[in-house]
Formats: sequence, structure tokens, C-alpha cells
Amino acid sequence: MQTKRTIFGNKGLPYLLLAPQLAITAVFFLWPAGQAVYQSFLREDAFGLSTTFVGMRNYEALFNSSEYLNSLQVTVVFSIATVIASLGIALLLALAVDRMIRSAAPYTTLLVWPYAVAPAVAGILWWFIFNPAIGILPYALEMTLGYDWNHNLNGNDAMILVVVASVWKQISYNFLFFVAGLQSIPASLREAAAIDGAGPVKRFWTITLPLLSPTTFFLLVVNVVYTLFDTFAVIHATTSGGPAQATNTLVYKVFDDGFIGLNLGSSAAQSVVLMCLVMLLTFVQFRYVERRVTY
Amino acid sequence: MVENQRWLDILAHAVLICGVALVAFPVYVAFIASTHEPSAFATGTIPLLPGDNIATSYTGVMAGGISSQMSVPISLMLFNSMVMALLIAVGKIVISIVSAFAIVYFRFPFRVLAFWLIFITLMLPVEVRILPTYEVIADLGMLNSYTGLTVPLMASATATFLFRQVFLTIPDEMMEAARIDGAGPMKFFRDILLPMSQTNIAALFVILFIYGWNQYLWPILVTTDDSFYTIVAGIKRMADVVDSEPNWNYIMAVTVLAMLPPVAVVILMQRLFVKGLVDSEK
Repeated sequence: MQTKRTIFGNKGLPYLLLAPQLAITAVFFLWPAGQAVYQSFLREDAFGLSTTFVGMRNYEALFNSSEYLNSLQVTVVFSIATVIASLGIALLLALAVDRMIRSAAPYTTLLVWPYAVAPAVAGILWWFIFNPAIGILPYALEMTLGYDWNHNLNGNDAMILVVVASVWKQISYNFLFFVAGLQSIPASLREAAAIDGAGPVKRFWTITLPLLSPTTFFLLVVNVVYTLFDTFAVIHATTSGGPAQATNTLVYKVFDDGFIGLNLGSSAAQSVVLMCLVMLLTFVQFRYVERRVTY
Repeated sequence: MVENQRWLDILAHAVLICGVALVAFPVYVAFIASTHEPSAFATGTIPLLPGDNIATSYTGVMAGGISSQMSVPISLMLFNSMVMALLIAVGKIVISIVSAFAIVYFRFPFRVLAFWLIFITLMLPVEVRILPTYEVIADLGMLNSYTGLTVPLMASATATFLFRQVFLTIPDEMMEAARIDGAGPMKFFRDILLPMSQTNIAALFVILFIYGWNQYLWPILVTTDDSFYTIVAGIKRMADVVDSEPNWNYIMAVTVLAMLPPVAVVILMQRLFVKGLVDSEK
């Protein structure tokens, strides 16, 4: 690991400097994570009086439970929809801003501020707009399409609600990174293609998009992490996983089973599954994003 | 811009205006709602033009006590959020900068191990270890306290990596010169490293302030006493009314107040914000 050519010779000082961070890491990260792994092999009786070691049975029960598989499916649908929509809209806006000369800065300011809005607040905003009784969008849907919107009863409506709120919140982040990515593409390449007679659409598919692939790949990983974890607040503040489990994602289920349902063994096993998922994503991020996708 | 095509310019402007409208729409609706009387929501749809109840809505929520679920004054929640955001941002920066200093400028047994232990925190977001972390906080008696709200969130691999990166780009000659002049490690840290990383610290502060302000799951877990509620975590409780119609104008006033400080930070310090975002994701 990289250090400096010359270093300070103190023996005790570096430990003292590291102590606060390592103490917090040990007490609030490593110990609980270890507890989660340990508890995932135990089963507690209904009264919390005794615990027995049950080996892998919590995991077996998990992957045989239709609720968990449903939650997995919900998470996949939610993640794919959110990632594609937020990346697509952000890319479109970034391409448009990239054409601007004087007005790029004001447009950017007007587009980036939702980054600062908490996911929970984003959820509340859209939950209000989609309110079945007084919301503006259900009213518009009723008038134009005759569609009776109710996310308290209809699972698809609830899913659309959480996707819209999550996408809205994430556009600004993706937009900023796409703008940076577009600026790093040499103008000469696009100019050369234009001289060779390639129109804007062809230039986008053959020059811009391939050269943007490192940014896109990086954002893909970051966005998947976002949809898996940060959107907990969106779901908790709006649908609470309902109706009928329709928006009960993996993270929400850990919270619901552990904190509300008090099913410790199962919640711990779900935590461990999620930890493995984060490790995989972190690995992908560091292994491939560091090397950069090349063309 | 590669070529001058009028229709593309118009299209680009149209796309951007739609984008800006899409982004602003929910906040506009929320703000308008907060300017009306509670009775405006009883029938029909959300009003789209401002009402004249703005002062009552905002002073009402700031003082609290409107109805049972809104008994806590929002000014208290805003204060709690501010304390939490500032403590987390300052704490993370202090803790990370000293550990990065130790890792870069010293060589000692278990240095690589320490680095990896910090790295692991990246892979353990609160969301995956909800219950065991809660038990730790409860055992330490940190529920319903500012310590419980902030300290467990202060370890941050991202900030440590960022400062490590910054320190590695500072020329070795700085430290050699300082040592020749007889400066010890802490003097070097205070008089050379800190001033040289000022911009990075400021940029990171902006990002961490937003991060701290927007915490949701953590305050919900750690606080049950409403005098420790933060505004972002508090809104949900206000919106959940069992027996009557929610007071939409008050809820939306709280929502607007909850996003005002971090949004103001982003708009006023946009340059630092963008730098912080790009730096911390590298």
C-alpha cells in the first residue's frame, strides 16, 4: 500500500489517531454484523425464552418462503424500472445541456437541487400528488383515461408511485455525472463524424454512447445500490411495503420482519443475504469501475 | 456544440424545460398546498394556485400543538436535524482526516489491517444490520440521545479514502521541509495538511451535511421520544392520521421546511457541492 517516502517515526501516535474510527467501526459495524451472522443460525422460541442452534434452516426457510421470493421479485422489478428510467431521463437532459453554451449553468442549477431532498421527503411529495382522494394526478387520470388510481388497493399503482418518487430523487445525481462524462469526450471526435456526414442521431449511437460507457457503468452500480438501500425511506414513508406485499423490497422486509414482526432469526438471515449482495456490488465497483470499461 | 442546427437547439431547450418542470412540479404542488386553509382539501382536488393562509400554516407548525399528531413544535425538530447534520458532518471529517493522516504518514504494525477494517464499513450500510445495531445502541443506553443519533454514523470509509487520496497528492517535500524545520507530526498536520486540504474539507462538509440531514431509518430506530425527532423522520408520523383527514396544509408546510436547508446548501454552494460529490465517489 502506498505511503510517503519519508514518514514520522512515532510509535504510539498512529494508533491514537486511528482509535476513534476503529472503535466506532468495531462497536457499530463489525460487532452488529457478526451478531447478524450468528443470529441467522439460531431460532428463538415464541416467548424469547430460549434459543436453539438450527444451522442453515433459517436460510432454507427463507428461500422456500413464497413471501421472500415475492420480495425478491418486487426488488428486481423496482430496481430495473428505477435504474432504467432515472438513467434514461438523466442522459436525455445531460445531452440537451451539453448543447447549451450560455444557458448550461442556469439549467444545471435548476436540475441538480433534488439531490438535496431526502428520499423520505420525495416519497411524501409524490404520495401527496398521487393521493387517491384529492391528488392531482389521479384526478387527471380519471378525467383523461377513466383510470381509477388507488395505490392503497392496487399493487401496480403502489409500485408506480415508489418508482416515480425514487426516479425523481435520483435524476439530478445521474445528470451531474452524465454531464461530466459528456464533457470529457473530445469534441474532435464528434466533429470528425459530423464532417463525415453522420447526423446527430448516428453520432449519438456510434460515438457518444460508447465513449460514455465508463460513466454509464459506474452509474449503473451506484444506482443499483441506491435502489436496494436508500429507497427504504421512500417505501416506508409512502406504501409501507403494501398493499399485499406489492412494494415489500428486500431491505424493507428486513426491517419489517425484524423490527415489527420480531422474527429475529429470519431477519438476521435476510441481513446476511443483503450483506453478501453489497459485498458483491462493492467488489464489482472496485474491480471493474477502477479499471474503467474500455471501448 | 458540433453543428448549428436550429431544430436541435429548440428540441434541447424543450427537453430541458420539461425536465425543469418535472423536477419542480412536486415541490410547487407542496408549496401551494401549504398556503391554503385545511378546508381547501375537503373536496375535489389539490389547489394549484396559491391561497392566503401561508403565515398561519408556517407559524402554526413552527409553534406546534395544532393537533395530537402535530404536538411537537417543528422548530424543535429543525433544531434536532441541524444538530444531527452538523455533528455527523464535523464528526466524520475529524475522525476520517486523522485516520487518513495515520495511514499515510506513519508506518506501523497492522497498518494494512486497519485500512481494511475501515474499508469494510463500506459494505455494511445501516439497512443490512438494523436489528443487531439497534441492540448495541440499546445496550449502551444511547437511545433517545444525540450521541445515539450521531456517533454510530460517524465512521466513514469514503471520507477516509478521500483524505488519503488528497494526502497522497501532497508533495513529499512539504513534509521533508517541515521535518528539517523541526516540526513534529501534529504541528505538520495542523499547519500544513489542514490548510492544504481546506477545499476538500469544505466540499465534503456540504455532502455530509446533506447526508446527515436526510437520515431517515436511523432516527426512526434510535428515537422514540418526540423531543429527539428530526424533521425528515418526523413528517411520516404527522401524515399518519387514523381517525380524521390529515391537515394537508400543515403537513406540506413541514415538508417544505424539511427540504429547505439542504436544498439551499446545494444551490448556494453548488461548486463545492459538485466537487464533493465527484470527489467522494471516486
